[in-house]
Amino acid sequence: MPITIPPIDFRVIMPEIVITLFACLVMLLEPFLPDRRKWILPHLSSLGVFVAAYFCLPLWNSNLLLWQGQALGDNLAVIFKIIFLLGTLLTILISYLKSGHHWGGEYYSLILFSTLGMMIMASSSDLIVIFLGLEVMSIALYVLAGFNRSDLKSNESAMKYFLMGAFSTGFLLYGIALIYGTTGSTNLNILVNNPHLTEPLFITGLGLILVGLAFKVATVPFHMWVPDVYEGAPTPITAFMAAGPKAAGFAALLRVFLIGLTPLAPMWITILWILAVLTMTLGNVLAIAQMNIKRMLAYSSIAHAGYILISVVAGGDDGLSSSVFYLLVYSLMTIGSFAVIIALGEKGEKNEELPDYRGLGLKYPLLGVCMTIFMVSLSGIPPTAGFVGKFYIFSAAVKNGQLELAIIGVLNSLISVYYYLRVVVIMFMQEAPSPSVVPHSSWSVQLALWLTAMATLGLGIFPDILFKITQQSWLFTLR
Amino acid sequence: MIPLSYYLILSGVLFSIGVVGVLISRNAIVIFMAIEVMLNAVSLTLVAFSQQTGSPAGQVFVFLVMTIAAAEAAVGLAIIIVIFRSKESVNVDEVNLMKW
Repeated sequence: MPITIPPIDFRVIMPEIVITLFACLVMLLEPFLPDRRKWILPHLSSLGVFVAAYFCLPLWNSNLLLWQGQALGDNLAVIFKIIFLLGTLLTILISYLKSGHHWGGEYYSLILFSTLGMMIMASSSDLIVIFLGLEVMSIALYVLAGFNRSDLKSNESAMKYFLMGAFSTGFLLYGIALIYGTTGSTNLNILVNNPHLTEPLFITGLGLILVGLAFKVATVPFHMWVPDVYEGAPTPITAFMAAGPKAAGFAALLRVFLIGLTPLAPMWITILWILAVLTMTLGNVLAIAQMNIKRMLAYSSIAHAGYILISVVAGGDDGLSSSVFYLLVYSLMTIGSFAVIIALGEKGEKNEELPDYRGLGLKYPLLGVCMTIFMVSLSGIPPTAGFVGKFYIFSAAVKNGQLELAIIGVLNSLISVYYYLRVVVIMFMQEAPSPSVVPHSSWSVQLALWLTAMATLGLGIFPDILFKITQQSWLFTLR
Repeated sequence: MIPLSYYLILSGVLFSIGVVGVLISRNAIVIFMAIEVMLNAVSLTLVAFSQQTGSPAGQVFVFLVMTIAAAEAAVGLAIIIVIFRSKESVNVDEVNLMKW
């Protein structure tokens, strides 16, 4: 019997291959470099990100489907990969320490491996491959959250993240197993057209998958780990967690629910509706009470997961493109605000309480202006990208008949204005304490600050470019 | 032949034991063991379905699950050891620096 080798096209997984190679290279190079040459490692990691992005671009509009749908090259996958790579690049930039001290090769390597997991998650229509990507992402993140080994808070953060993450993995996996059992397949394209869609076992499986993914994107009944993990983890990693894994979780959520299981929409829309309302409201209300700025941003990230859930509920092409738009914009503004926190952190993880920010806006106007831009954008006030993103989401909701949800979303934005602008008020309108905080920032943290601030403003004033790109994100999406 | 429902009930019971174990246990190691029981319940489900439908995919998935569980065990136990070094305890109630 002649053996036929199926056509193998590596183009579609080229970005993943590049990231894997660079992650291994950085890890292997580390022990052979003398201490004064360690600065090469972050540069090498950034180079890897750029090369991977270069290999992503030809996939745009190519609509490749390989290995029975286990690797996809549709527009949605490409745009999500670009979001992850952007988040990774900014994270590497804000990880630079001024004192000539370096994080070590395994730090950058783990960041790249985590990015690899996200990219796998976003570019597969097979549930098992999505699960594998999620685990590659999470296991690297568990280590990164506890990277400050001598810091008790960081240890605690890692343990909480690990236990909760592994717990939620169990649910996700059980859901996948049940769906495999009822339909005999884990491929989303086959699932859509199978006759078992309404069997109780299938629906249970779907519910368990929703629980697993809801843990990762931090929606409300499953959000308990977020504030503790965000507060304890090293600040660059917190920024990374707020941007990348959230976007990756939503990529999987969009693939499974919005693209894969549209025939069951009436069933899951109600559940997601309730989750969206709870997530927004609880996130915003609890953020008001926080005095630690990292914790406040953690609750804010919960609230933003709620806003993005609105677009999932709204559904359709508008829902899909508005959530992609918002995830990109959210990554920029949240990494930017964490970059400000890093710039103010004096040798390590200090100055995270709100009173530490008194008067800083007047003493260091550039830092103050950047923080103001991010806070205004997070609360959704024009002319910033956050406003455009929220506007897009709410208009998608209204267009698809979810008027109540849009109204609840707008009311929630109003609540959020209070705690975001409180930071600005503290920075500009209060007297600085006598030994005030001195910002330390290396060139790369400043570069990241400038990039994110400019992008946040620029996309707020000229949203058309990104708008057109995200509207094409669904064009070649398999459904 | 043992009917499929027996396997499913057994794995459902195992999974529930795992969930309850995670929720009521206070020892980080025991919580971790309970999570492993959950993952093994899933493996049992996959194998049972695979045997019933005759498709080998389910058995391949079990290998993936085992690999993932091993990787998780390595990282998780390392994290718990770090906690034990600083706290001399793996009781999750004592790991409480951060509260809202």
